[in-house]
Amino acid sequence: MSVLRAELIKFRSVYSTAWSLLSAVTLIVGFGILYAMVRVSRPPADPAGFDAVGVSLAGVQVAQFAVGVLGVLVITNEYAHGLIRTTFAAVPQRVPVLAGKAAALAGVVFAVSLPAVVGAFIAGQSVLAAEHLDVSFSEPGAARAIVGAALYLAVVAVIGLGVGATLRHTAGGVTAVFGVLVGPQLLTGFLPTGLAEDVYRWSPAPAGLAITTVHHDSTSLAAGPGFAVLLLYAAGLLALGAWRLHHSDA
Amino acid sequence: MIEATNLTKRYGDRYAVEDLTFTVRPGMVTGFLGPNGAGKSTTMRLILGLDRPTRGSVTVNGRAYAAHRTPLREVGALLEARAVHPGRSPYHHLLALARSNGLPRSRVLDVIDAVGLTELARRRAGRFSLGMQQRLGIATALLGDPHTLILDEPLNGLDTEGIRWVRGLLRDLAGQGRTVFVSSHLMTEMALTAEHVVVIGKGRLVADTGLASLIAESGHSSLEDAFVDLTGAATEFRSPARDGADR
Ligand SMILES: Nc1ncnc2c1ncn2[C@@H]1O[C@H](COP(=O)(O)OP(=O)(O)OP(=O)(O)O)[C@@H](O)[C@H]1O
Ligand SMILES: [Mg+2]
Repeated sequence: MSVLRAELIKFRSVYSTAWSLLSAVTLIVGFGILYAMVRVSRPPADPAGFDAVGVSLAGVQVAQFAVGVLGVLVITNEYAHGLIRTTFAAVPQRVPVLAGKAAALAGVVFAVSLPAVVGAFIAGQSVLAAEHLDVSFSEPGAARAIVGAALYLAVVAVIGLGVGATLRHTAGGVTAVFGVLVGPQLLTGFLPTGLAEDVYRWSPAPAGLAITTVHHDSTSLAAGPGFAVLLLYAAGLLALGAWRLHHSDA
Repeated sequence: MIEATNLTKRYGDRYAVEDLTFTVRPGMVTGFLGPNGAGKSTTMRLILGLDRPTRGSVTVNGRAYAAHRTPLREVGALLEARAVHPGRSPYHHLLALARSNGLPRSRVLDVIDAVGLTELARRRAGRFSLGMQQRLGIATALLGDPHTLILDEPLNGLDTEGIRWVRGLLRDLAGQGRTVFVSSHLMTEMALTAEHVVVIGKGRLVADTGLASLIAESGHSSLEDAFVDLTGAATEFRSPARDGADR
């Protein structure tokens, strides 16, 4: 508990946190509106299969990079400045420090993302209303998709933290978190169709993003299982980071 | 009280610290001396449980550092003055550390005042001069009102007033019965401050003795001459000789 409070103080006492979160919010809302406008200008042939919820939440797919990088920075910054030694001198149990960072990060990212996602939904639907493609909050799955989108971003931030704790360097960590989020999908271009579909389905981002849509298609996992897969990746990467922190010199 | 027993640390195939056995006692300032690369900073990281010894062990007040539940209340350390997030203020830097060890906010304000950073408490630390950062580092070490202080070159970057202030502070802390272990390359300053010295060279113990007897046994009149004599064989990085300059 005291570790969590300490990490929250650190988290909110630097401008870089605010900048990352502000850019995430801007991307969530901005790209949601932009994508809705694109869809309005090119209305779907079959409105029944149109995912008005998913379209308005599409900004999450861009904002994920901002929160992923924030997750990396939370720990690589401490290594860059030698502050990590002060941190571990104050709390020699390193795994609880990482857990405190993960909790602070996930909590704040979720709390900031949720209103942004709600805003993107409202703004997106008002754009889609021009072609009568809009839906309301009571649309089945809409509430789950909205909360899910904020949860997705919180988990991506934790993935960034796990990667950062493992690699300890900002440049490498940022590159790696981009790799985790888009690497497998890029790889599918080089694979035979069947394998490509499987790789795509089980990749962290496509699996986790299913929760932000309501019309589920066969190329991806369903919302629940998909999110569970994302959580497994996050847990795995965080465990890797914890292992590295525990076993090597600070 | 700090007790190191056969403390050894190897990085790759190179020994940074080898077979160090020494005791740092409470109630006096113990200077930790050695040429560049001798292993002083490494030893301090080992004491603080930041690096794992290859062999041997070290305890603070009878226990491994990591075994202390709220270590800042036991041991205050300054390893590197620049170890602050450049965007964070001294106040928040110290407050986060205080919270992690269950220390009250009043301690934060106390140590900020004690090191003379009151005016700068809410400014971003990245803009501070080295001396200001050094003061923040000392504030960090004092935060938990610890019984043991471990300071790696705390005089770096301090002005004359700052150096005198640290000298007085270290003596006061030792006078209160605390253990004060401080490394420095400033021999004249150490001669004024330390009562006991631990000298290492190339990672090995060279001397562990009272300041007065170290100087007396060397046959020299100053700590600096005694130190150069003692560590001459164990100095790795030597400056080129100047014509006509004495050693
Ligand atoms: N993390 C590390 N990895 C590899 N080698 C290291 C590491 N830390 C220290 N060393 C090496 O160990 C030796 C001792 O270094 P250390 O920093 O402890 O010396 P020092 O006595 O503090 O020197 P100075 O007076 O210059 O600060 C040096 O040769 C250094 O290069
Ligand atoms: Mg050093």
